[in-house]
Amino acid sequence: MSGGRLIPRDRDAHPVAHDLNYKTSVTRSPSMPLLSLESTPTEESGPRFGHSDLGPLDHDLIRNWTGGKENAVGERILVHGRVLDEQGRGLPGSLVEVWQANAGGRYRHKMDGYLAPLDPHFGGAGRCLTDESGQYAFMTIKPGAYPWPNRGNDWRPAHIHFSLFGASFGQRLITQMYFEGDPLIDRCPIAHTIKDRSQIDRLVAPLDMSRSRPLDHLAYRFDIVLRGRRQSYFENRPEGL
Amino acid sequence: MVQKLVTHSETASQTAGPYVHIGLMPTHAGNSSTFETELGVSPILGGAKGSPIEISGQVLDATGNPMLDAVIESWQADAQGLFPGQQGADRNVKGFCRFAIDPQTERFTLKTIKPGPVALPEGGEQSPHIALWIVARGINIGLSTRVYFEDADVDQDPVLRRVQPRERLQTLKAKPLGGGAYNFDVRLQGPNETVFLDM
Ligand SMILES: [Fe+2]
Repeated sequence: MSGGRLIPRDRDAHPVAHDLNYKTSVTRSPSMPLLSLESTPTEESGPRFGHSDLGPLDHDLIRNWTGGKENAVGERILVHGRVLDEQGRGLPGSLVEVWQANAGGRYRHKMDGYLAPLDPHFGGAGRCLTDESGQYAFMTIKPGAYPWPNRGNDWRPAHIHFSLFGASFGQRLITQMYFEGDPLIDRCPIAHTIKDRSQIDRLVAPLDMSRSRPLDHLAYRFDIVLRGRRQSYFENRPEGL
Repeated sequence: MVQKLVTHSETASQTAGPYVHIGLMPTHAGNSSTFETELGVSPILGGAKGSPIEISGQVLDATGNPMLDAVIESWQADAQGLFPGQQGADRNVKGFCRFAIDPQTERFTLKTIKPGPVALPEGGEQSPHIALWIVARGINIGLSTRVYFEDADVDQDPVLRRVQPRERLQTLKAKPLGGGAYNFDVRLQGPNETVFLDM
């Protein structure tokens, strides 16, 4: 473990816990204040994962469900970016897990009964580790929008769920990536549980033609910032003493 | 005018949603062939030192209904109070586990070893505890709490000392049932609401 205490979370940069427009949150949000304390070794340490934990196709959602034998249906995309901390340092070796609906907006989950059919060649889950500079990349298909029971006619914008570890348990984060230009983002009660508009905008991945491959796939870039650690220089004693 | 302060603030959280299992626990979602190795299946390997324990309980919403779609992660020290990666830590303790709610029993179960007290860099120690992180549909940012043990010495723990009002302390203590079994229920809202942490 290196560095000082974790930088306290800015709760205003996150969604509110209780939001009438996202009905399930009403009974699933604490009503008492959280107990805010400085981080301890429990939050400053965390599980580490290695390449031996992952399979060779785990990062390729187009092919991983069939073991590489078939391609999933949909618009082929590369989703890539960097995992950073609040000091702007890339976080190497951190686990990134993703899950998503298929091109028709249907999840391969026993609880999803949406009309759109399953794609026999698409599972909808992937994972990878960031490289030395914190970069990650997945191949996948662009997920479809889907309706969900909330208000009268709510639809989720196309999105990919992201789960991030960083280096410590206190950095744990789950979020969602949206796609540039999707008119459903502005109508989405889940995106709008975040009250700071600029924080919603940071979840919208721009089209990135520099990483698109001609006659093969488009690309979207999604950078993610996890909590940082305070510099420990002045914490206990000056360096070198 | 001043210089522009270049900062990178944390990316916003979003709910894990109802289908979180396909990504984090595909076997639970009926998709066992997604990955060759699922992560966080057990916090310990054979040969882990310490007393085996089994913590089980329910995750309840404000109406008292058990939530069947929650995913919980746990992180803990070994029997000596050392975290994986620290010098001298028990190599058979991975410390991390992921578990879901059994749809039949409506309960979660964590089988592990009892962690030791964790020394603090500024002196003193934390009582034995296991950190939990809970996500589900309707939870917009993962909820952190800790499992302490009612039958362990918890009085001097620096986190527990800060809990107000004091009656809420009991929401953080697993109740021994004998034979290494403990009950620990998590109540998201309402009477006996669990103390959630912002650390
Ligand atoms: Fe979703």
